[in-house]
Amino acid sequence: MSKAGWIRTVVLVAAVGALEIACRTGAIPATMVVAPSVMVLALVHTLQSDEIGMHLRHTLSAVAIAMSLSIVGGFIIGFILNWVPFLRRAFSPFLAAYYAIPHFAFYPLLIVIFGLGPLPLIVLATLFAMVAMILATMAGLDRVPRVLLKTARIHRLSLLQEIWRVRLPAAAPHILSGLKLAVAYSFIGVIAGEFILSTSGIGHEIAFAYDNFDNKRMYALILFVLAIVTTFNMAVFAWERRMLRRRGA
Amino acid sequence: MASVQRLAAVDAASAPNIHARLDGVTRVYPPRAGHAEVHALGPLSLDLRAGEFFSVVGPSGCGKSTLLDVLAGLAVPSAGTVEFEGKRVLGEVPDGVGVVFQEDASFPWLTVDDNVAFGLRRSGVDAAEIKRRVDFAIGFMGLRDFRRAYPSQLSGGMRQRVCIARTLVLQPRLILLDEPFGALDQQTRLLMGDELLRLWRETSATVLLITHALDEANLLSDRIGVMSARPGVFIDIVETGWPRDRDSRLAERPDFGAVTSRLWSFLRGESLRALGQGTAAAAR
Repeated sequence: MSKAGWIRTVVLVAAVGALEIACRTGAIPATMVVAPSVMVLALVHTLQSDEIGMHLRHTLSAVAIAMSLSIVGGFIIGFILNWVPFLRRAFSPFLAAYYAIPHFAFYPLLIVIFGLGPLPLIVLATLFAMVAMILATMAGLDRVPRVLLKTARIHRLSLLQEIWRVRLPAAAPHILSGLKLAVAYSFIGVIAGEFILSTSGIGHEIAFAYDNFDNKRMYALILFVLAIVTTFNMAVFAWERRMLRRRGA
Repeated sequence: MASVQRLAAVDAASAPNIHARLDGVTRVYPPRAGHAEVHALGPLSLDLRAGEFFSVVGPSGCGKSTLLDVLAGLAVPSAGTVEFEGKRVLGEVPDGVGVVFQEDASFPWLTVDDNVAFGLRRSGVDAAEIKRRVDFAIGFMGLRDFRRAYPSQLSGGMRQRVCIARTLVLQPRLILLDEPFGALDQQTRLLMGDELLRLWRETSATVLLITHALDEANLLSDRIGVMSARPGVFIDIVETGWPRDRDSRLAERPDFGAVTSRLWSFLRGESLRALGQGTAAAAR
């Protein structure tokens, strides 16, 4: 392991150890935080129960749909806005101000429109995630060096070849960072929505445990969400690293 | 002047050795928000002889790169005509023309091998021929040890070699170079210049080089066109008379300095004028 890796590990282990000791000695009461070891045991127990699989399925399927919609839709919209300057001029102020809006404030409205099922969650998460992908796609395409586009013309590429062989590969690093954001934002959108109001899903289960003072289960589920999101992000990160390493990035 | 040009045109019709021709070419950028119309180039005429090494020098901003873009078919002239091998060039890069730019134009997502083969893979050339030509170009440009490397792992000079090799595999009959060594250090420039001469001799292509380095133009060229400040026109065309089999040691010859001096005598006034344009524009 690298030196930086060691430092990270030591910090993490020390923090978890300190929390464990603080909880065990009663410095932090169990009504506030439970000891990490208790969290892990509770998590094992929770995962063995029947209904958790159902909640997990609901959450992950909503995340998967929102993620796909925002990545594909965001890419297409970003591409079109980059290609058509007057559309871009028309819409870029909206895009620039977009993340200043508290999206979750509109969630009750989405429930009124779409009902209390997976649909408002998917819409919320997609709205939240898609614009990151739009912005990243536009930024990537903006930054394709002009000399590469000239090179495409010298090689007499058709428009489609130019886009596929030159424009998109050149923009790929930016587009990929938008994709990473879209993945993270989809998780946030769905779980936060479930937390606010929902009848199922991991977020709902956390809120339910919270309302019932079931701290063990609540922290177990938070740990679980953390593990899922981290695993997913690490997979995307590893993929990105493999793609970018050869570019010297 | 006009009659001289007419005479040249009649000559060219019978003489097959004119490879590319600019005739009365101008390039005017239309006015845009806050900017007046810019007359960047011309009217300018030039006959490139088949197989010659022609360099263009001129003060910065005189339209050298515009000249190259127009000749390559990357830009359309506002007036006048461009011909390559007897055919009009109209907004499209003709087959047989290769271009190397000052900026790094290697594709960072492709290995050296794939960069060099890029143009060939889309031209319907069969796999064995692609391999043969790529092997040759890679060997010629001294990239054999870096075939699997990505551009980010190479120095600026090496990346420029990749771009030259990528042009070379297409076997261009006219090679246009827009300050290809502009970003390189002096020693690398000299060596790359030697390689360029070797390439020129062995491919017998016509070469047009844009450069701001007078010594470089002098060393490499059969003829050197000296451009005026914007709008750029040729104010002198110098025949160097150097032997075809030359390299950077040419600079040791006593008559070498005379050519550079002649270039500078024409260019000094124009450079001052260009500077004046710059300060006038800044003051406005």
